[in-house]
Amino acid sequence: MSKPAIETRYLNLFYDTFHALEDISISIEERKITALIGPSGCGKSTLVRVFNRMNDLIEGVHITGQVLVEGEDIYAPNIDLIELRRKVGMVFQRPNPFPLSIRKNITFGLEIHNTTRKTDYSGIIEESLRSVLLWDDLKDKLDRSALELSLEQQQRLCIARVIAMKPKIILMDEPCSALDPIATSRIEELMQELQKEYTIVIVTHNMQQAARVSDYTAFLYLGKLIEYGETKRLFSAPREKQTEDYITGRFG
Amino acid sequence: MNTAWNIVRKIKEHVIEKVILFSGTTSILFVLLIFVFLLKEGLSIFWMVPLSDFLFAKNWYPISDPPQFGILPLILGSLFVTFGAAVLSVPIGIASALFIAEIAPPKLKEVMKAGIELLAAIPSVVIGFIGMMTLGPLIKDLFNLTTGLTALTGSITLAFMAMPTIVSIAEDAITAVPRSYREAAIAMGATKWQTTWRIVAYAARPGMIAAVMLGIGRVIGETMAVMMVTGNAALIPRSFLQPVRTLTATIAAEMGETVQGGEHYSALFAIGIILFIITFIINGIADLYLHRTRK
Ligand SMILES: Nc1ncnc2c1ncn2[C@@H]1O[C@H](COP(=O)(O)OP(=O)(O)OP(=O)(O)O)[C@@H](O)[C@H]1O
Ligand SMILES: [Mg+2]
Repeated sequence: MSKPAIETRYLNLFYDTFHALEDISISIEERKITALIGPSGCGKSTLVRVFNRMNDLIEGVHITGQVLVEGEDIYAPNIDLIELRRKVGMVFQRPNPFPLSIRKNITFGLEIHNTTRKTDYSGIIEESLRSVLLWDDLKDKLDRSALELSLEQQQRLCIARVIAMKPKIILMDEPCSALDPIATSRIEELMQELQKEYTIVIVTHNMQQAARVSDYTAFLYLGKLIEYGETKRLFSAPREKQTEDYITGRFG
Repeated sequence: MNTAWNIVRKIKEHVIEKVILFSGTTSILFVLLIFVFLLKEGLSIFWMVPLSDFLFAKNWYPISDPPQFGILPLILGSLFVTFGAAVLSVPIGIASALFIAEIAPPKLKEVMKAGIELLAAIPSVVIGFIGMMTLGPLIKDLFNLTTGLTALTGSITLAFMAMPTIVSIAEDAITAVPRSYREAAIAMGATKWQTTWRIVAYAARPGMIAAVMLGIGRVIGETMAVMMVTGNAALIPRSFLQPVRTLTATIAAEMGETVQGGEHYSALFAIGIILFIITFIINGIADLYLHRTRK
């Protein structure tokens, strides 16, 4: 079996004194879609934000245990945060393209990382827009403001600007919750497509969505990882009572 | 009981609404009245001096015989001082706003905001006085001049007056930039500086332009401080180290000596019209950009 894309060992996270994640040990497969489900406030967002260290922005957060991304301890003192965030991209709940042109939304990441000294990004722009199926619609409108796009297109653009940086892992925190059902199912199709190249971790409130798109599902409750396994198995034969109660809609 | 209350409330609402409507219309009415008054008192100068001469003739000798009413030196005086003040206050003001909004730790932020408010609260005479007593002599010694009251002195003094406006409005605009933009940039691996400069400042640009326009508006309209520190010579300025006289200072200094309804009197009112139009345009531009931010 291939090495895990993300692995945590006895991960604990505190917001000041509030114990938000408790002894989480999880191993996330490469090039699979892993869904994090659980009732509101159980720590799903907190957990995905551990993987690209977005929790660093919040004062009073501290962490114990280990988090490995592609085998590398990302909380080690000598870690390159900028490189980590290139490698682990994030898509947010509300589409949040920059108030710049469509083109600049994509080149922003390329310019700040500036890995190749080249300034002709047209190839990457086309490639990343193609992979989110926006190219045909937008190829003549690249200099329009990204804010003119529909919400679905904005969310696709947010995915495209992450893809342009050639990440390994894409974290998505409820990426469809601002979208209508049709847009949602199209973004889900897109995830299936992207899974061929990227490891995807998706947070969702929506159990049907988890069941539809993911290969593995992790159920969190009150900061603990209650159950984790193949999605099919977890939804058809949950091992834990709490998981069963949750997926049958008895609470949450 | 209940219905009685409701009636009282309705009457109250009604009265409040009318009072607000009344205050709103009166303020518009006042502006119109002021403008009409300016026109009435000022336009008659153009019977004697054609507009183009008034604007572009080089001499302002209002009490010689025959008097000469060319306000070009005054316009240039205002321009010099305003331009100098803008060059000084805009970069410093915008940088301070970015620092306060994005970088300063909460305690320092509070202190700085209080400081800026304090600066805004200092009466302009006091700033003018300080400029005259401390900055004037300094500039005189520094550049070996015969007088320290120059366009440069005026620019520096006025920069202090424009700064609070620029900083506080720009800071509001920067703070209003949604957190989600910052999050997105940081999550892509941008540094604090890249996020601040390339995303936040860019998104806040319309508000910052409005801040600059309002700051400049304040500088152009300022009178007291300017009169005290610029030396008030109505000559075409050739450098920042010469005394100049601004449009506002001219009105303030000379209005007391004029005969009501006389040519000089109406020439000063005509200067008022020009000032009114300039500030109107500047505020209009600022407004345009402020609205753009809100959208
Ligand atoms: N900045 C913070 N400071 C203190 N507590 C926080 C902070 N952010 C989250 N929490 C707490 O941590 C717990 C987990 O929050 P988190 O946002 O990870 O939940 P979630 O599972 O993503 O919920 P939702 O489904 O509503 O998005 C919650 O109890 C929340 O109140
Ligand atoms: Mg959440």
